[in-house]
Amino acid sequence: MKALKAGTRLKSAVCDTEVMVIKVPAGEYDIRCGGAEMLDMATARDGAGSIAAGHDSGTLVGKRYVDSQEKVEMLCTKGGAGAVSINGEMLAVKQAKALPSSD
Amino acid sequence: MNLAMLLEMAAETFPDRVAVKSGDRQLTYGQLLAAAHAAAHHFKASNARYVGLLDVSSPIVPVAIFGAAFAGIPYVPMNYRLTPPELDELLARIAPAVLIADPEYTARLTIPQDVAVFPADRFAAHVMNTVAEPLIATADPGEVAIQLFTSGTTGKPKAAVLRHENLMSYILGTVEFAAAAEEDAILITVPPYHIAGISAVLSSTYACRRMVQLPNFDAREWLRLCGQEHVSNAFLVPTMLGRVIDHLETGAEAAELPALRAIAYGGGKMPLPVIDKALKRWPHVDFTNAYGLTETSSTIALLSPDDHRAAAASSDPAIRKRLGSVGRPLETIELQIRDETGKVLETGQSGLIFVRGGQVSGEYLGLGSQLDSDGWFPTKDRGYLDDGGYLFLEGRDDDVIVRGGENISPGEVEDVLLDHPDVIDAAVFSIADDQWGEAVAAAIVLREHKNPSVAELQDWVRSRLRSSRVPAAVHFTGQLPYNETGKLLRRVLRQQFPAR
Repeated sequence: MKALKAGTRLKSAVCDTEVMVIKVPAGEYDIRCGGAEMLDMATARDGAGSIAAGHDSGTLVGKRYVDSQEKVEMLCTKGGAGAVSINGEMLAVKQAKALPSSD
Repeated sequence: MNLAMLLEMAAETFPDRVAVKSGDRQLTYGQLLAAAHAAAHHFKASNARYVGLLDVSSPIVPVAIFGAAFAGIPYVPMNYRLTPPELDELLARIAPAVLIADPEYTARLTIPQDVAVFPADRFAAHVMNTVAEPLIATADPGEVAIQLFTSGTTGKPKAAVLRHENLMSYILGTVEFAAAAEEDAILITVPPYHIAGISAVLSSTYACRRMVQLPNFDAREWLRLCGQEHVSNAFLVPTMLGRVIDHLETGAEAAELPALRAIAYGGGKMPLPVIDKALKRWPHVDFTNAYGLTETSSTIALLSPDDHRAAAASSDPAIRKRLGSVGRPLETIELQIRDETGKVLETGQSGLIFVRGGQVSGEYLGLGSQLDSDGWFPTKDRGYLDDGGYLFLEGRDDDVIVRGGENISPGEVEDVLLDHPDVIDAAVFSIADDQWGEAVAAAIVLREHKNPSVAELQDWVRSRLRSSRVPAAVHFTGQLPYNETGKLLRRVLRQQFPAR
C-alpha cells in the first residue's frame, strides 16, 4: 500500500512504465503495474519479477489513465509493457478532449 | 510534479527532434536534456539561491529553465531593457546567485560579490561539451520553480513566485503531450523574462514542438523565418501583429506562409482593425486571444479560433463585439466579477476580476499570498462577462478614473475615440480636478493631415456615452507610450499631461 497524492511519481517493478499522479482522493492505495506493486522513483528494480498474465496491455507515454469513476487520474511519463491497476481495478486510457492551448 | 519532467518525457520520446533553433545554433530534445543535466550539476555545485538570466532568447534559455528545475533552484530571468541602477537593485535581491548573462549587459552593472557571472557563450559551450550524469529532480511540487520581477508599471518591481505545481497545472491542463507533428514549429518572439516567453518554452517542450527563436522582433524577419522554417504556430503581442500587417500592406513582398496554422496573441489590447485585417488576410489561420497574468502562470481565458470566426462573420452586434473580448475562462479556472465590497456581480455588470485554480499562484516574495481564504486571486483588472460568458477587459483597477464618485473605465472611452475616423490611437487617463477629484483626459494620435478640433472629439464622445465620460482635456501627441509587450503605460501619460 502506498500513500498517494497529486505529483507522486512511481515506476513499475517489472517494465519501463513510469507514472505521475494527477489526482487522487487522499488515502493509501494498492497500485500495481504489470501485476507487481509499483516502486518509488529512487528504488532500483531488482529485475526478478515479470509481467503477470492479464496485466500486459501496456502503457503509452503522455496518455492519462483513469479508474471507471474518474476519481483517480495518472499521467504516464514513460511507456512500458505492463498495465496499471489500482486497488485491483485496471486503469483505462482517458478519452482526450481538445485542450485549449494558447502558446 | 516538476518542470524537469516535461523535458524528460520529450527527450525520451523524440530524442532526435530539434527542440530549439536560433540562427545556426540548434539543440535536439536529447541534447537539450543532456545540456540541462550539465547545467544542473553546475548550479548545484555553486551555493546559488537563484539562477538568473540576463540575455535575449537563445538556445541556452530552455537549458537554464530546465537546468534550474533539475537542480531545484528558482530560475529568475531578468529584463535586459531595465536601466543599470534598476538591474543592480534586482541583482542584490537574488544574491547569492549564478547569473548567465551577455557581457554587454553586465559591463554596465555593479555585480554583487556573491553573484557569479557566467558569460552566456561560455555557459553554452560548457553545457554542450560536458558529459554529465543524469539526475533526478527532487524538488517538491510546492517549491518555487520560477520567480519573475513584475514589469513595475506601478512602483518598485514585485517578485512574483511561481511554484512547480502552478506551472505544471497550467501545462497539463492546456497541452496534450507530443501534440506537435514532426514538421511543426513555433516562432517565439516574446522575451525570455516575460511569462509568455516561459510558457512558450514549457508548452512547446511538452508538445515536443520545435522552437524557432527570433530575439529582436522585426516584421520582415518574422515573415522570412515563417517561410524558411515552415513555422506552424506563432505567438505575437498586438504591436507585433500590427507591424506585420503594416509591412504586408506596403506590398513589399508576398506573404507565402503555407505552413502557418495558428497565431496566438496577448500581452496587451489588440486594436480591432488589426485583428480584422489579420482574419481577412489569413482566413485559414486559427487565431487565439490569450489573457493571463504573471501571477496566474500565463493564460487564464482565451478567445478560440471558432470564436474569432463566429464573431467576424456575425451580423449580431453582441456576437461581433466578442472579437474585442478575451474569450472564456479555461475549464480549469473559475472566474468571478466582484464589486468593491466583494459582492459577486451579475452578467453585464462591470467590476473587479477574481480567479481561482491550480495554476494561480498569486504570491509575491516578501508580501506573501494575495489569495483570499477561499483561494481567490484579485487580478486588479476590471471587466465584465457577457451573457455567453465572454470576458471583456476594461483596464487595470489603478487606471480607473473616479470622477465625483463615479468609476469610469478608460477602455470604454478609448473604444469610442478609436471609432472616430481621424483617430489612429487613443489613451484615456485620470487628471486631478478641483471640482470632481479626478477628471477624464485623453491623449490622441491623429491620422496624417487630419485636424479635428478638441470640441469635435468631445462631441463625438458626448453623443455616444454619458456626459461624465467626455474628456475634459484632450492632448494631441505623435505616439503613445507602450512597454515592449504592447501594454499601454497610462502612468507615463499621467506624468506627461498632469493637468489641463
